[in-house]
Amino acid sequence: MTPLQRGFLGALPPGHRDRLAAFARDVSIPAGTRIFEEGGSADRFWIIRSGGAALDVHVPGRRPAVVETLGEGDLLGWSWLFEPYRWHLGARARSTLLAAEFDAGRVRAACAQDPAFGLAVTHGVAAVIARRLAATRARLLDLYAPPGTDTGGTAG
Amino acid sequence: MTAPAAAPPRSYRVIARVPEAPDTATIVLEPVRSALPPFAPGQFAMVYAFGVGDIPLSVSGIDGDRLTHTVRNVGAISAALHGLEAGATVGVRGPFGTGWELPSAAGRDLLVVAGGIGLAPLRPLVRAALAAPPEYGRPNVLIGSRTPRDLLYVPETRAWGRSARVLVTVDRPDDRWNGEVGVVTTLLDRADFDPTTAAAFICGPEPMIRATAAELVHRGTDPDRIAVSLERTMHCAIGHCGHCQLGPLLLCRDGPVVTWTAARALLLVREL
Ligand SMILES: Cc1cc2nc3c(=O)[nH]c(=O)nc-3n(C[C@H](O)[C@H](O)[C@H](O)COP(=O)(O)OP(=O)(O)OC[C@H]3O[C@@H](n4cnc5c(N)ncnc54)[C@H](O)[C@@H]3O)c2cc1C
Ligand code: FES
Repeated sequence: MTPLQRGFLGALPPGHRDRLAAFARDVSIPAGTRIFEEGGSADRFWIIRSGGAALDVHVPGRRPAVVETLGEGDLLGWSWLFEPYRWHLGARARSTLLAAEFDAGRVRAACAQDPAFGLAVTHGVAAVIARRLAATRARLLDLYAPPGTDTGGTAG
Repeated sequence: MTAPAAAPPRSYRVIARVPEAPDTATIVLEPVRSALPPFAPGQFAMVYAFGVGDIPLSVSGIDGDRLTHTVRNVGAISAALHGLEAGATVGVRGPFGTGWELPSAAGRDLLVVAGGIGLAPLRPLVRAALAAPPEYGRPNVLIGSRTPRDLLYVPETRAWGRSARVLVTVDRPDDRWNGEVGVVTTLLDRADFDPTTAAAFICGPEPMIRATAAELVHRGTDPDRIAVSLERTMHCAIGHCGHCQLGPLLLCRDGPVVTWTAARALLLVREL
């Protein structure tokens, strides 16, 4: 399976997947490129074919703190689907990134025009957000801490 | 094989100590006189720090009569064992409990998922699987750790990368970390396996086990083919005292390795 078939796109019903894929254009983003800035206009999004991206948060006076990394098949960017269409996080290419790039305005317009397509895309993006929310909650719990402690610990 | 009831501890000498992380060290033990019966991957020993007490520790390496344990310092007894230097002696009972059923995974893709020190009991399993590659499908080792400094066996896990897909992620990167960031379940997307037929082996803290097993079931893995290693406080380790009870199971005897089918209902109950 190609990354596009097994990742975010793979989760869409085939007809809608093909329709969305028709909006894609292939891009190559050099390693180290800042792809978008927190608070910037979310006018595009990407599905990663190969390489990796890091999502980060601006921390005054320090290097941006990486909160999650994304790889093959992952959706990079979801803020484009919801007003005010501003990035919640920043993103940087960790390695050369080959990706399908989408014009968010065109995809939003197609979603508005065809509610069935719009629902499928929204479901797909919501599933990604739900997974990332669950992961974030797990990290708040400190997944690797032992039972009954709030620092350090073991399981073996 | 399980040790006879109430067998006294055998003396073992620490012949090497390898610091792994700020609070974790690996100790290699050799019998002073006679060795215990052989341990299987996933089984555990009760290791006695003289004058302090004994705790269950999984075998993190098996080499003839030698036993390797990786211990994280979380309290009085683990601190005593963690601090032992070469030449010190300990008492050891075992082998106890169920092990990982590697042969049942023959012909299937392998998915080994470790959280934190959960990699310790999985290491002998990975070593055994990689030593017999034609018997298994695609091997994957997914490792999650809180920080880069907490990662265990780094040179060895890198070397596994030559014959397995080894993916590592941390929760809290430091400035030098260039790898993946996120919980270990996020690595499932990048692993190379067929979830509908794969055999999975999971060890780590319970929230991590629950999250990983639930995600695998969601992807179509049979809960009977997901093996998890569970922990409860242990005392006798031979099924007498009831300290390690989880529902109908005595984990020293019926575990620590159980299927997700058996574990799921028990772990979802708030208090057992
Ligand atoms: C089958 C089995 C295999 C194990 N294998 C290993 C291993 O390979 N390496 C290793 O370092 N540890 C392992 N453990 C956990 C280890 O036994 C405990 O960390 C140890 O019993 C703690 O004893 P203590 O006297 O040092 O700390 P205690 O004073 O008893 O406890 C100190 C702190 O550690 C926490 N704690 C106690 N028991 C556990 C536990 N089981 N898991 C997590 N946190 C705990 C307590 O909540 C407490 O906050 C295993 C446990 C079991 C049941
Ligand atoms: S530790 Fe005593 S019954 Fe399991």
